[in-house]
Amino acid sequence: MRTEDLIKALDADASSKAMPLRSAWWLAACAAIVIAAVVFLLTIGPRPDFMVAAHTMRFLSKFVFTIVLAVSAFALIRALSTPGASTRWAMAGMLAAPVLVAVAVVLELFMVPEALWGTRMVGSNMMICMGFIPLIGIGPLAIFLWMLRYGAPTRPVLAGAVAGLLAGGLAATFYAAHCFDDSPLFVATWYTIAIAALALLGALGGRLFVRW
Amino acid sequence: MSGKDEAELSRLLRAAIAGDERAYADFLHRIAALVRGFVRRKIVQGGVDPEDVVQETLLAIHVKRHTWRQDAPVLPWIYAIARFKLIDAFRRRGRRIEIDVDDIAETFAEPETETVSERDINRALDGLPPAQRSVVSAVSVEGRSIGETAAKFGISETAVRVSLHRGLAAIAKRFGQGRFGRE
Repeated sequence: MRTEDLIKALDADASSKAMPLRSAWWLAACAAIVIAAVVFLLTIGPRPDFMVAAHTMRFLSKFVFTIVLAVSAFALIRALSTPGASTRWAMAGMLAAPVLVAVAVVLELFMVPEALWGTRMVGSNMMICMGFIPLIGIGPLAIFLWMLRYGAPTRPVLAGAVAGLLAGGLAATFYAAHCFDDSPLFVATWYTIAIAALALLGALGGRLFVRW
Repeated sequence: MSGKDEAELSRLLRAAIAGDERAYADFLHRIAALVRGFVRRKIVQGGVDPEDVVQETLLAIHVKRHTWRQDAPVLPWIYAIARFKLIDAFRRRGRRIEIDVDDIAETFAEPETETVSERDINRALDGLPPAQRSVVSAVSVEGRSIGETAAKFGISETAVRVSLHRGLAAIAKRFGQGRFGRE
């Protein structure tokens, strides 16, 4: 088939329509939030003293970290799925969540006596944390990987890893409402491990499934 | 590339996405020439047929045109797709990477028209289900219109459009997965 002939076929298919990628990403984000919410409420749900805890800085700081991570990953993944889009600012934005966590950890180390550091870090339910963040995040991750196939990422493995970070940030936002361990020392350790696991899974998914 | 190219190409693609077939044909011819020039400059040594990469890029641009943001420049989008497809072609052919020798004069001197040889796209076409294959062939190789193709096979125009769209999407998907033969 000559290129000239191919162009005739493509031209004849000009009227076929697909949803613009940007709108599709917003739709995917909404679907992912709904799925994560349903899984969260059907399994562990928020902690009983949620309203009381919502008045403490440590409890609220967890949501700041996870929401900042999710928002920055969402900006980056949209750029990564669009060929030729600049990713520099969105990449820089990914530093925001780790920097906030690092600052919170330093503050915590100043405020809490050294004897308690270990207890704060180990917390009371790290296994639940490491189990449920991936569990809540797996559905959203599948949606985001599917969206990467719908888009056109020129760096599929990186885009897949960012899909994992986005799913992780979203899942951790819900999980944080259940978790009794509010210390930044706990968050910096176990949330990070759980989210990194999703990022790794996402990178693998990007390598294997995101072909176009 | 010049700013004039950029403005003209984005205008054509916007019109095409709004449903203007003439604008789309014009757009595709222009980018075929652009991409052919780009790919030939990058492929210095054998192993990869530039025209195969041109065709894969055109198909990818077609099936991924919803990823272009209409307020963003179109040329970086086109070249990012072409570069991705070129790297993919090198990777498939066993990493014989010989790119970026821009100072070789003869590659510039070549007229930027296509060469004729056995194409990857023919093998991908052969792998389609019969109904899709005959519709895609009729519209492309035989140069029939949608209406003529519908009359030829005794099916509705809608059925022709659906088969054409699915056939093209299937070929693009095969290229993406690096599958070229019959399966």
